Amino acid sequence: MSDITWGLWELLLKGVWITVQLTVYSAALAAVVAFGIGLARTHRRWIVRFLSGAYFEVFRGTSALILMFWMFFVLPMGFGWQLAPMWAAVLTLGLTYGAYGSEVVRGAIAAVPAGQREAGIALSFSPAQQLRKVVLPQAWPGMVPPFNNLLIELLKGTALVSILGVGDIAFGASLVRNATAQSAPVYTIILVMYFVLAFALTRGMRAVERHAKAGVGQAPAERSRLRLRSATGPAVTGTAARAEGEAR
Amino acid sequence: MKFDWSAIGDFLPTFWKGVLVTLQALALGSLIAFALGLVWALAQRSSLKAVRWPVTVVTEFVRNTPLLVQLFFLFYVMPEWGLTLSALATGVIGLGLHYSTYTAEVYRAGIDGVPAGQWEAAVALSLSRRRTWTAVILPQAIRRVVPALGNYVIAMLKDSPMLFAIGVLEMLGEARQFSSQTFQTIEPYTLVGVAFLAIAYPASLLLRALERRLVR
Repeated sequence: MSDITWGLWELLLKGVWITVQLTVYSAALAAVVAFGIGLARTHRRWIVRFLSGAYFEVFRGTSALILMFWMFFVLPMGFGWQLAPMWAAVLTLGLTYGAYGSEVVRGAIAAVPAGQREAGIALSFSPAQQLRKVVLPQAWPGMVPPFNNLLIELLKGTALVSILGVGDIAFGASLVRNATAQSAPVYTIILVMYFVLAFALTRGMRAVERHAKAGVGQAPAERSRLRLRSATGPAVTGTAARAEGEAR
Repeated sequence: MKFDWSAIGDFLPTFWKGVLVTLQALALGSLIAFALGLVWALAQRSSLKAVRWPVTVVTEFVRNTPLLVQLFFLFYVMPEWGLTLSALATGVIGLGLHYSTYTAEVYRAGIDGVPAGQWEAAVALSLSRRRTWTAVILPQAIRRVVPALGNYVIAMLKDSPMLFAIGVLEMLGEARQFSSQTFQTIEPYTLVGVAFLAIAYPASLLLRALERRLVR
């Protein structure tokens, strides 16, 4: 480990900063997409449901890395839109994980008892008011744990950008590997870095979850101290995830 | 945009080779993930803290770090330790190991979902520990989680392009090679993207149908 000089450490730390930025921007975009598409999938009109459902299936069906290549190489050649690598990556990750997130939003909204919505109608709330004042506040606590899972999947997904030359942690590691001609130390270090980032994200999301649950008068969930999160991956469809949840 | 259909024709022969490698990696990776996941799940139920603890820590670590970096780790570090494998074998091991930490949770959920009465019945019949697991618990647990396992196969399919980063010529690798040789980028990447959809979407429909049959 002594082979890694201060300059190389600096490279890795710069990579951490890029990874954090990528995660934050992509998560912001993904949140917008998740709520937009998730709400559209519960819309009254079938055409809106159909189009948003098609978006979900397309982005869930393709691989994020393929999509990233497409954004990097096909978009400039085919349409003449050259995005900065960083933004192409954010766009890809945001659109992909937003699609996964839309399923979380849709499922959580569907889980709010119908009587709540009916009560909103009885109080002559407009649809927007029902959503904002009745449905979303109750659906939100249920969304936070799956969002935590997705956030960690997103963090892991940011490593893909290193293949396309964006200087994130994984990219920094390849430079350090070339410089020191040793692989074990640097890759161990960056795996730990990613784990620490995931750990920090989980802690943050738990605080959000506690706050959200307190808002609707629920106690926080009990968890094993060893576990970071429940393991529901991005590809798990709503029904299977629910079956898994029930089994648990 | 000019979409050159003849480029698709030129790409097809190597594309099929890539499809074959992708499916190979997927099949072998799934086997490892299914087998190893069960091992993790059972180890986490062990009465020995010395078994339970390290397994939980290792699976948590593997699950919360990027597969891509794990692939690089295996690909570069294993040879330093004197174990040199082909890129495909390394990729299969990486994929299988990474997803085994997910399938472990799936098995765990399935095992926890078996009603307590089944355990008690096995005790009442004085079945041995082994018979209890193989004849009573696991058949019921696994039946319930087949759809969830299938979902992770689809997730693995979508992560398989990462294998290209360590030099496996699967679909994306072939597309990259083709485009660097012919300077035609639009067609191969689009074809590969569509191919993923064409495999993943029917597979997810199939799983939903399977789920209706198995999980009740």
